[in-house]
Amino acid sequence: MIRFLFKGLLRDRNRSLLPILVVTAGVTLTVFLHCYVTGILGDMIEFSANYTSGHVKVMTRAYAENKNQLPNDLALIEVNDLESNLQEDYPTMDFVQRINFGGLLDTPDEFGETKKQGIVAGIAVDIISENSKELDRLNIRNSLKRGRLPEKSNEVLVSDEFATKLEVDLGGTVTLITSTMYGGMSIQNFIVSGTIEFGVQMMDRSGMIADISGIQNALDMDNACGELLGFLDMKNYDDIAALNVENTFNEKYTDPNDEFSPVMTRLKNDSIMAGYFDYVDSFVGIIVTIFIMAMSIVLWNTGLIGGLRRYGEIGVRLAIGEEKGHIYRSMIYEALLIGIVGSLLGTLAGLGFSFWLQEVGIDVGDMMKSSKMMMPGVFRANITAPAYYIGFIPGLFSVTLGTMLSGIGIYKRKTASLFKELET
Amino acid sequence: MEQSTLITIDNLVKRFPVGKGEFTALNGINLTINLGEFTGIVGPSGSGKTTLLNIIGSLDNATEGDAVVMGESTSNLSLKSAAKLRRKHLGFIFQTYNLLPVYTVFENVEFPLLLLNMSGSERKKAVMDALEWVGITDKVKSRPAQLSGGECQRVAIARAMVKKPVIVLADEPTANLDAANSHNILKMMVKLNQELKTTFIFATHDDKVIKYLKRKISLEDGKVVKDEFTKVKGE
Ligand SMILES: Nc1ncnc2c1ncn2[C@@H]1O[C@H](COP(=O)(O)OP(=O)(O)OP(=O)(O)O)[C@@H](O)[C@H]1O
Ligand SMILES: [Mg+2]
Repeated sequence: MIRFLFKGLLRDRNRSLLPILVVTAGVTLTVFLHCYVTGILGDMIEFSANYTSGHVKVMTRAYAENKNQLPNDLALIEVNDLESNLQEDYPTMDFVQRINFGGLLDTPDEFGETKKQGIVAGIAVDIISENSKELDRLNIRNSLKRGRLPEKSNEVLVSDEFATKLEVDLGGTVTLITSTMYGGMSIQNFIVSGTIEFGVQMMDRSGMIADISGIQNALDMDNACGELLGFLDMKNYDDIAALNVENTFNEKYTDPNDEFSPVMTRLKNDSIMAGYFDYVDSFVGIIVTIFIMAMSIVLWNTGLIGGLRRYGEIGVRLAIGEEKGHIYRSMIYEALLIGIVGSLLGTLAGLGFSFWLQEVGIDVGDMMKSSKMMMPGVFRANITAPAYYIGFIPGLFSVTLGTMLSGIGIYKRKTASLFKELET
Repeated sequence: MEQSTLITIDNLVKRFPVGKGEFTALNGINLTINLGEFTGIVGPSGSGKTTLLNIIGSLDNATEGDAVVMGESTSNLSLKSAAKLRRKHLGFIFQTYNLLPVYTVFENVEFPLLLLNMSGSERKKAVMDALEWVGITDKVKSRPAQLSGGECQRVAIARAMVKKPVIVLADEPTANLDAANSHNILKMMVKLNQELKTTFIFATHDDKVIKYLKRKISLEDGKVVKDEFTKVKGE
C-alpha cells in the first residue's frame, strides 16, 4: 500500500515535483535570508567593534563613567606597560591604543591669522608604525579620497568635506586647538597628507584621523591614552570569549577604591552595542517569522489546490473502501515527505548561496562609488548554527499545515458529494 | 430457486437541504433485492436513482428509514464499518470511470486488493483473471489516458469485480459509451452475474441497459412507481 502510494506520488509531478520546488525555493530563501541578515548585522557589529568599542575595551573607571564627554583628563597612564602586560596575559589577542578627541580645527592665512575654523571630532590611532593592523581594521586605505596616508606623526587625514570647508589643500597646515590631559591649552599644527570619506554623515562633516603619537604629543599624553581596545583572534565577535577576558582582567587589575584603576568592558556591554545585539536577534527573528508566514500561505495554497485536485482520487479510494482517516493520514505523510525533501534541498541550496556570499561577498563598492565608506565595501553572509535547521520550520510546517487544512475539506464533505464534485 | 435477501429498504426518505428549505429526493422507498439479481433502477433525470444507489453503497446516509445491506443497517453504520462493508463486499462502477490517471491498468485493478492485504502473487492472479473477464489483458501496462472510453470502462469493471464482491453498484455505466461498447459491456456483466453470482444494481435511463435487466424498478419523483420482473431473451 505504501509502495503503491509512493509510486503515485513520484509519477504525479503536480503532487511531488511542484510542491517540492515550492518548498525548496522557500526554504532556500529563508536560509539565505537568515545568513544574509546575520552577516550584515554581524558586519555592522564588527564595524562598531573596529571603530569604537573593540571586542573589549580598557579605560580608567572614571573615564568609563564619563566616556561620552571624551574625558582625556581621566585617561589611562603608564599605558605602554599595561599594553605589554595585556599582550602577555592574552597572547592571541591584539591590543591597540586609541584617543578620541575634540576641539577646534583652524586654517591659518599667510599671516598666521584664522582663515577658516570648525569643530573637529578626531580619532587617534596607530597609523605609522610598520606592523599596525589599524589601517585595515578601519579600512582607511580604501577610504582615502585624495592624497596619501600619513607617514609622520605630524601628518593627518581630514574628511574631504571638512577639508573643502576649511579651504585647506593637500600639504596645507591645520591648527588643532584643544586642551591637554592636564587641562592646559594645546595649540598644535598638523599637515594634511590626504582626505578621507567616511560614509557616515556626522564624521564626514568634521572628522579627522591622526597618528596616535602626534596626538599624544599635542595633548601632553605621553605614555597615556583614553582607551585601550582589545581584539579577539576571530572573525566574528564571540561574547563568551570576551566575557572571559573581561572577568579575568577585572579580577586582576581593577581596584574598586581607585577611580583611576583600569576597568575592562566587553563589546556587548557597550551601551550602543547592547542595542545592536538585541537588534540582531529580534531582527533575524522578525524577518524569518514574516518569511515563514509568507511561505506557509504560499504552500498552504499549494496544498489546498493539491487536495482539491485530488477529490477524484479520494472519492474513488473511499468508494473502494479505504477509511477516511487512512486517506487523511497518507496525505499528511506525503506532505511530510515532500516537506522533508524540499527542506533538505532548500537548506543545501540556501547554505550554498550563503557560503558563496560568505566567502566571496557582494562588492557594493561599485554601487557606492561616490561614497567610499569606512564600512566594509563587501557585504558578506554569515552561516551560523540556526541556518542548518531554520529552513525546516517553514518547510515542514507550511506544507503539512496546508495539507491538513485542505484535508479538512475531505472530512467535512459527505462521501457522496465528493463524487458530485468529481462528476461535474 | 431459493432466494436469499441481500438488501432491504424500509421507508427510506432522503432530503437535501436546499437554501433555507429542503428538497425530498427519495420519498418513502420500500424494496427488497435478492442475491444474484440483475436489477436496474430506472427513471427520468432527477428522480433519485443516484441518491438511492449512494445510500445502498453507504456513501450517503438516509434521512429517515433504513437500508439494510447484507445484514448491516446503513443508517447506524460507523464510518469505519461502512468502509469495511465497501471494502469487502461492494464494487462501484461510475459513469466517468474514475480510473486513477497516474497508475497503469494493472495497478488500477490491483488497488482494491491492496486494501484487503492480499499477498503479491494472489493479487497478480486475481488482477489477471479480472482483466481476462473484461478482455483487456493486452493493455496491462497502459495508463488510462492511453485507452478508449470503452476500454476505460472495462478496466473500471475489472476494478469493481477483482475482489469478487457480492454487490456491484453501477451508476450510468454506459452513458459515455457508443452502442457497440455498451452492448459488449452489458453482455460481460450478464456473464459475470451468471458465473460469479454477483448481484448487479444499475441506475440508468439508457434503453440499451434496460434491455438486459431482469428487474426494472421505476422511480419517479423519489417514489417507486413500478417494479417489474422481465423475461430476458435466452432465458
Ligand atoms: N447534494 C444534494 N443537494 C441538494 N440536492 C440534491 C443533492 N443531490 C441530489 N439532489 C437532488 O436530488 C434529486 C435526485 O438526484 P439524483 O442525482 O439522485 O438524480 P438521478 O435520478 O440520478 O438523475 P440523473 O439521471 O440525472 O443522474 C435531484 O433533483 C437533485 O437535484
Ligand atoms: Mg444520477
